[in-house]
Amino acid sequence: MSESATKPEPPEPPESCPMTRAQVVDAYFMEHRARLLDVAAFLDRIDRAGPGVDDFRMSAYRSAMTVLGDGQPQRARRILELLSDPSKSPIASAHTKGATGAHDPSGKAH
Amino acid sequence: MYIDPHVHMVSRSTDDYVHMARAGCVAITEPAFWAGYDRSSPQGFFDYFRQLTDSEPRRAAQYGIRHHTWLCINPKEAEDPIFAREVIALIPDFLKKQNVLGIGEIGLNKNSRNEMEILEAHLQLASDHNLLVLVHTPHLEDKLKGTLLILDAIRRFPKLDPGRVLIDHVEEHTAKHVLDRGFWCGMTLYPDTKCTPQRAVDIIETYGSERIWMNSAGDWGHSDPIAVPKAQMEMRRRGHLESLVRQVTFTNPERFLSQSGRFSAEPLRPTAPDITR
Repeated sequence: MSESATKPEPPEPPESCPMTRAQVVDAYFMEHRARLLDVAAFLDRIDRAGPGVDDFRMSAYRSAMTVLGDGQPQRARRILELLSDPSKSPIASAHTKGATGAHDPSGKAH
Repeated sequence: MYIDPHVHMVSRSTDDYVHMARAGCVAITEPAFWAGYDRSSPQGFFDYFRQLTDSEPRRAAQYGIRHHTWLCINPKEAEDPIFAREVIALIPDFLKKQNVLGIGEIGLNKNSRNEMEILEAHLQLASDHNLLVLVHTPHLEDKLKGTLLILDAIRRFPKLDPGRVLIDHVEEHTAKHVLDRGFWCGMTLYPDTKCTPQRAVDIIETYGSERIWMNSAGDWGHSDPIAVPKAQMEMRRRGHLESLVRQVTFTNPERFLSQSGRFSAEPLRPTAPDITR
């Protein structure tokens, strides 16, 4: 059997974004300028709320913000991975139905 | 024209049906879901399954929308395996109903051992009856781990063809895992906790348009039952071809769901309300 006959079908090539770089900026800049200011105002609000320490969610949030500026691709995927539970096995039992949005290394969020 | 292949209409108003119909919705599928509280008896599920297979299709038909459903006990209520198995035992009788497409939305919520036991019981039922499967993946920080556990669990049922299983609620960190194993994947368009229409279109641009659909998963929480047409608008805004818009919002769901032999997206003339009920 030839090598080509044993290889699976190649995946369908992804659809690319039909917009140019400038068109993407034109279309989305104002929307994401507003979201950037929302993030800044959220952090300011935490500071104004008084002294304290970050819980596991805010620790993860601040780590995720460093991904935004690292210049590497696939930022959304990498931030989602950073916020994810890295364990592999099922937990013994569920004590809540909800999720917090970030992995709690202490395990208390389960 | 579009199909919303995952929406919980028992939680929505008749106004939502009007808005969806006006936006071009011709068919929906409604997976069994958690009601926002734990039901106190299997009889509660019996009545819910009657609602999904009898009254909700008639309500949808008044707006010219074809209604189909999936049955299960949702993973959020799977932490009590004895209770869950009593509910699963109700399902085979309902499989005879013509709008039932398969088992769903099964899966994991907090990735517990009991949830896994009940997921496997559902997979066995689907395997035994050669049914389509619609899988819920966990929320937020639990999604990546849960998705990988689910994909491994399905692999333990060799009679389940990945081409007949849809893994729902994928995001940027799970879509490739699902597609690489030959499954279908669904993107849920939520205002906060899953994909925005913009991110869903980004995922299509990154991973392609084969074996992928979009849904609103509209329910009793913060959600948007006309999210799919909003994603269509986003695709058009970027200049995607109309054929691609149709593929991911109509042709793809129709192709997957038609494997049940019971799905139809043919135009439906709105029926008169049944005032005797």
